Amino acid sequence: MVELRSVTKRFGTVTAVEQVSLRIAAGEFLTLLGPSGCGKTTLLRMISGFETPTEGTVHLDNEDVTHLPPYRRNVNQVFQSYALFPHLTVADNITFGLRMQKLPKSEIARRLKEVTELVSLGGMESRKPAQLSGGQRQRVALARAIVCRPKVLLLDEPLSALDAKLRHAMQIELKRLQRTLGITFVFVTHDQEEALTMSDRIAIVNQGRLEQVASADEIYHAPKTTFVAHFIGKANILPATPIGEEGGLWRIRLAADVELAMEAKPPAAGTEMLLSIRPEKIHLRKTRPSAANVFEARVEEEIFRGPIDELTLRTASGLALTAILTNEGSMQEAIHAGDKVFCHVHPGDIVLVRAG
Amino acid sequence: MQTAIGSGELPVGTRRPGLVGWLLMMPMLVWLLAFVVAPAAILLVYSFCQRDELGRVIYDFTWGNYQRIFFDSDTGKLGTTYLTVFLRSVVYAALTTVICAAAGYPVAWFIGRAPERWRNRLLMLVMVPFWTSFLVRTYAWMTILANEGLLNACLQSAGLIAEPLELLYTPGAVVLGLTYAYLPFFILPVYGSVEKLDNSLVEAAFDLGAGPLRAFQSVILPLTYPGVVAGVLLVFIPALGMFAIAQLMGGGVDPTIGEVIQNQFLAARDWPFGAALGMTLVAVFTVAFWFASGKRAAA
Repeated sequence: MVELRSVTKRFGTVTAVEQVSLRIAAGEFLTLLGPSGCGKTTLLRMISGFETPTEGTVHLDNEDVTHLPPYRRNVNQVFQSYALFPHLTVADNITFGLRMQKLPKSEIARRLKEVTELVSLGGMESRKPAQLSGGQRQRVALARAIVCRPKVLLLDEPLSALDAKLRHAMQIELKRLQRTLGITFVFVTHDQEEALTMSDRIAIVNQGRLEQVASADEIYHAPKTTFVAHFIGKANILPATPIGEEGGLWRIRLAADVELAMEAKPPAAGTEMLLSIRPEKIHLRKTRPSAANVFEARVEEEIFRGPIDELTLRTASGLALTAILTNEGSMQEAIHAGDKVFCHVHPGDIVLVRAG
Repeated sequence: MQTAIGSGELPVGTRRPGLVGWLLMMPMLVWLLAFVVAPAAILLVYSFCQRDELGRVIYDFTWGNYQRIFFDSDTGKLGTTYLTVFLRSVVYAALTTVICAAAGYPVAWFIGRAPERWRNRLLMLVMVPFWTSFLVRTYAWMTILANEGLLNACLQSAGLIAEPLELLYTPGAVVLGLTYAYLPFFILPVYGSVEKLDNSLVEAAFDLGAGPLRAFQSVILPLTYPGVVAGVLLVFIPALGMFAIAQLMGGGVDPTIGEVIQNQFLAARDWPFGAALGMTLVAVFTVAFWFASGKRAAA
């Protein structure tokens, strides 16, 4: 549906987007996720037509639209600040696009009714944007875009101005809406939770480049770079040296007293590489479990975070790791700062990452 | 979910002026009282008075001054002398306003949308003419437009015309002079509105399928309307009363109301009649203002 072919965008001497190629399928919910200033909004604006790429081409529905102005593209955008027209009522805001298309009055009225029901804005039609709450404005912005039935809906951090509770409700509603309408959504955010909750695929953007494009599950469990591993969730990024093969697994050394087996094949024997281990994948026991892939450590620090405890572990040789302990209550053996623990990691939970 | 702001409340961040507020406004209030309200009241009284042979004001009530404006003294029918002057002045001022709007809006738009560091420099350019007296600038225009002036000399030496064109002392020259003098007063308030206009609103209009023209019509113009209204008032009202430009560039052939009033006070020494003309002009201003602000409320 949307395709970017080796797109580069420079502003003067600053390169905002560099050599990005991306295909977005029809009906897909794709999130562009990255820190502020990474170029994700510039990418979005090249799809909407507010920026023209310095190099490369933009395609919509197999048509090259690189030089088509925004008002000739069948895409609509939900702006970060909503950009509702302050001088128009809710109804006039929503029907703005339809009036620009010069649709018959009856059709406009029908679609207005339909969309206000869809986003539960019934009864608000004659209000001005200033008389609405943040959540209602958000719905108007959304209604104004989807009422035009675009092929692609672009959303530029639309939830960032809402409070946490409302944001969470809107995430679920947006996802529901996207499934109902079957429109392709391209969603820009710097919030990893938003990305994980809603997306079919997440594209991680860093310094104008795509780090990884994959499903939420894959991004989380198999990050390709240290940047991705750090940006989504928490990760122990550890240098390690491969030391050999053993029964289909690869032996690696993380420290003098930590040797583990992993499933992923190291790039080359003998050279140092980087691993990522998610904190929750380190299982802690006070007594040595019978399984393989176990090492010893001491709990150095314990931070209470409600449902979980975050623990800092240190091995005898000085290797530091973060682990997570779910607070399961009385069923669980108590582990506290100062305790000696046995750490168990499954060979499949050790992920090879590139520096990035 | 937060509740919408009730219509009876003041907007956030504003409050009714307290004692300190009134104190801060004192200089302006005193100024208004001493130099606007009081003189206007004096003029209003004068306009119903008469003059003696020496031009002194006699406090003898009469409608005569106003009758002289609207009715012919010989026939008693509707008089055209002063109404023509009024009408001419209104046409000059309206033409000036229209030209200022057509020429000024794009300039204001360009400056308001320019990168921030450019804006002040560009605004400075708009204000450069104020560095010299407007009389000097008007005389400069006269040397350009005169029969032996710069423009005619250029056109003649280029062989485009055989005889010098009659440029100065024409209605066109008056409107040109007025436009030149008041253009900055249109640009500045419109610039203020354009600069405040959120760019994402313009982008939203484009995004929803409005081409440049439709976006201007349905989003940009309505949202910069307050600036346009201010600009229209700041150009139309002074242009209506201006006498110096009309006198210098119109040559007194077809006088404007400003010239006539000035003549009554100085040359003719008929203060009551001048005052009556002045009050009538105030009435015209009031009607113009009412129209302008009425439209604004309706928009």
